[in-house]
Amino acid sequence: MKATVTVYPRREILDPQGKAIREALGRIGFTGVEDVRAGKSFEIELAGEDREAAGRVLEEMCRKLLANPVVEDYSIDLGGRAGAGGAP
Amino acid sequence: MRCGVVVFPGSNCDHDVYHVLKHVLGQETSFLWHADTSLAGVDLVVLPGGFSYGDYLRAGAMAALSPLVAAVRRHAEAGGLVLGICNGFQVLLETGLLPGAMRRNRDLRFLCRDVYLRVERDDLPFTRGYEKGEVLRLPIAHAEGHYEDTEENLDRLEAAGQVVFRYVSPRGEASRMVDPAWNPNGSARAIAGVANERGNVLGMMPHPERAAEQVMGSTDGLALFAGAVGLGAEALEMAR
Repeated sequence: MKATVTVYPRREILDPQGKAIREALGRIGFTGVEDVRAGKSFEIELAGEDREAAGRVLEEMCRKLLANPVVEDYSIDLGGRAGAGGAP
Repeated sequence: MRCGVVVFPGSNCDHDVYHVLKHVLGQETSFLWHADTSLAGVDLVVLPGGFSYGDYLRAGAMAALSPLVAAVRRHAEAGGLVLGICNGFQVLLETGLLPGAMRRNRDLRFLCRDVYLRVERDDLPFTRGYEKGEVLRLPIAHAEGHYEDTEENLDRLEAAGQVVFRYVSPRGEASRMVDPAWNPNGSARAIAGVANERGNVLGMMPHPERAAEQVMGSTDGLALFAGAVGLGAEALEMAR
């Protein structure tokens, strides 16, 4: 089973990287870009077919290692069924 | 005092810290390998600067899960002294032994320069060689030193007196906290170093080990190590 986990800076926290990318997009002519958040994406292959269990394990992976909940949010996509976490 | 300096793959300030503890202050000092599970009976553990595990995922994230750091956690929880410098501070944040997190520097650049720090606490083992309000000049060398936490947590940190060092002007002014000249990485509330509630764990971004001998241009950092190993003012003066 393939899952995609996306980790990105929390909304309320300044993302200097995203800001620099937004400004660069403006400089090369892409007007109208209001905000960019720069994050990371993980493609994870899991054994088994139990989606419920996989969702729980991925949640735990995010909390324990893939994201730092102090400054990052995450979302989990198990192919069609997306879940999000990390936001209060 | 028996001192241990942790070596992760990618640590690069381990020998500097070892030199200061062993040769400048004359303490019994050894290196501790990240894959070991025991601290070999040391009293003070130092997590040095560098790029542990290549800064994979997030600075300090992989090192925080190493076998030795589990022993460091037990040591800290039992009241033992733990000092994290630069990458070592990032590791302590990732373990949760200290609150908050590090982000990329405000200007996204790696910064290598001297900064001015104000000592906010002089009652900790690490800071007893200083006076509250004293201004130190120490070098920084980092890309991810922008300390961040929620406003609520920052208020709690301040109220509990856990802010130990703050970036200030050469005259110790913190009123211009967001002036890039004095808060180089954009840290929340100009925070450069924090301790846990108990005061036995300290993390700081600046490098006291790089300012510990006259030949390095400053000895402002030496009192931190002297305090941690329990040397008084007289012994510190001798070492200088």
